[in-house]
Amino acid sequence: MDQPNIISVTGLCNSFGDQVIHQDLNIEVRRGEILGVVGGSGTGKSVLMRSIIGLQEPIAGQIRVFNQGMIGKEEDEATDVRRRWGALFQGGALFSTLTVAENIQVPLREFYPDFSKDLLDEIARYKIFLSGLPPEAAHKYPSELSGGMRKRASLARALAMDPELLFLDEPTSGLDPIGAANFDNLTRDLKETLGLTVFLITHDLDTLYAICDRVAVLADQKVIAIGAIEELLAIDHPWINAYFSGPRGRAARRGHSDQNGKVRAEMQQRGRS
Amino acid sequence: MVMANPANFVVEDSPEGGRIVRLSGSFVIASISGVDGQLRNVTGPVSQIDLSAVDQMDTVGAWLVHRTAKFYAADITGCAKDAGRLIDAVSGVDAAEAVPRPHVSSLNRFLAEVGGGVVVGITTLLQFLGFVGQVVKAFFILMMNPGRFRWHAVVQHFDMVGVRALGIVGLMSFLIGIVIAQQGAVQLRQFGAEIFTINLIGRLTLRELGILMTAIMVAGRSGSAFAAQIGTMKITEEIDAMRTIGVVPAEALVVPRVIAAVIMMPLLGIYASLMSIIGGGILCWIVLDIPPATFVQRLREVTPLTDFWVGMIKAPIFGAIIAMAGCFQGMQVKGNAEQVGLKTTAAVVQAIFLVIVLDAFFAVFFSEIGWG
Repeated sequence: MDQPNIISVTGLCNSFGDQVIHQDLNIEVRRGEILGVVGGSGTGKSVLMRSIIGLQEPIAGQIRVFNQGMIGKEEDEATDVRRRWGALFQGGALFSTLTVAENIQVPLREFYPDFSKDLLDEIARYKIFLSGLPPEAAHKYPSELSGGMRKRASLARALAMDPELLFLDEPTSGLDPIGAANFDNLTRDLKETLGLTVFLITHDLDTLYAICDRVAVLADQKVIAIGAIEELLAIDHPWINAYFSGPRGRAARRGHSDQNGKVRAEMQQRGRS
Repeated sequence: MVMANPANFVVEDSPEGGRIVRLSGSFVIASISGVDGQLRNVTGPVSQIDLSAVDQMDTVGAWLVHRTAKFYAADITGCAKDAGRLIDAVSGVDAAEAVPRPHVSSLNRFLAEVGGGVVVGITTLLQFLGFVGQVVKAFFILMMNPGRFRWHAVVQHFDMVGVRALGIVGLMSFLIGIVIAQQGAVQLRQFGAEIFTINLIGRLTLRELGILMTAIMVAGRSGSAFAAQIGTMKITEEIDAMRTIGVVPAEALVVPRVIAAVIMMPLLGIYASLMSIIGGGILCWIVLDIPPATFVQRLREVTPLTDFWVGMIKAPIFGAIIAMAGCFQGMQVKGNAEQVGLKTTAAVVQAIFLVIVLDAFFAVFFSEIGWG
């Protein structure tokens, strides 16, 4: 049961009409890691996530989640897998006619109809707390929330079922840098506290440096490299070079090593004085 | 995780006084629902909660433990490292005061709804007047600068409002013609006056039903589409983008739709009346044995030309009302997807209501001026 790979995708092919998105793509997500997925716009990051979740039927390939084949499963099948994952979509995708608390309770009511009203309310309350929202957000509608709060509310819904696996599609896009950094910390804290495995699509270099254990690079219709950032830096590929060694990439690396360095510098200073 | 043992607990008396609740099994979301109610009903005082026999825990389990411990001010013992971390994580919620759902008494809510309804009614009326003003202004500006007129959009809406409605409007009118003729024939036969069925068909369809039924169909097909299109554009901020660029939405979106509806309504109305007359004629032929030639001749004798004009005067006005109501409600959309649905419904209801009110007014008006 304790297989190391939570997700394993082999030989995945996807295309829309003539346009080939994925060609013989392989990727594995290990238990307990945060895997960042990067790639230029249109390289099929979201399509990969949608294929794994089962929203997009691939042309060929094998997808196994929690060691169960997911290809060809209908919406009402594989519910035991579906209740073990949560997903945060790019736009939040909160149900606009329900309050935040009701949004969080939707998956609970669906899978555990015998939960009492009190328990549902309590669960919604502490999930809202865990996702970093103020308690009064519980009774607000998504249209009354700011972009950052909507992301958090959506994360709270993704966490409603205590998933082992969390899909995040560009969680920090559209957030201010402070909000994005807070969201990164929140993701890491939750991963460590709840023991989550996270599949994270992002463009945000700071997120990659701050929280990802491994990074997978999508280009040329497949995963061209996967590994820790230091390993990726050693690879000679034009897109990887441009991505990690461009001005933004260098700035993110410097910022990140500064943060690690700061602690060391403080220790040294203390030692000297 | 897949095979969750049921969650369970036993209550023991502690040697130091108070009671010990010993939990066992999996305290995870899948196995917790029964134990939740039982844990709420443990009779206290409980001094200790022992977790040493718990094999798995997630945040829901941690929450139950934490809630029970807090309620009885009990100590948690025998807790594994992971479980301790989860309990710490969920216990942070205590710092924040629970916010109850805002509650309003039903009398207050009733009064607030009535008051809100009145305010919304009045402001909507004012806004609608303002909107009509905007559209008229935009129309005159476009007349002065014909170069800015969007011919392409108008032609596209001709197609949507008129051409694509031909099938359904034709079928509906044909069937209504049959119904009028059939009812007329049955009733008038009692007086031996079946021939007057032709008067009924000719006058009723040209003056009233041809236009009215077409207006209702156009309101349902096109008025709703206008509201939904413009409402969706409102949500996706396309309208704001237009305003920013300097395009006036009333000119770009509303005027072409209103013009299309104003021109298409009379044409559809003539077509609908014709189809009704054909339907009625066929029924007369089959049921009353009136041959088509006689039917047409009689129709020309009994139907004055003013009946046709009555219909043709009403039709463009109805078209304008339907298009304006649709565009106005579309512009009123703000916020979420549900609003688009609500406003689309409102557009259709408002359009049909206004059309029927005006129709009643016209009926009195035309008979007063001697076109009865």
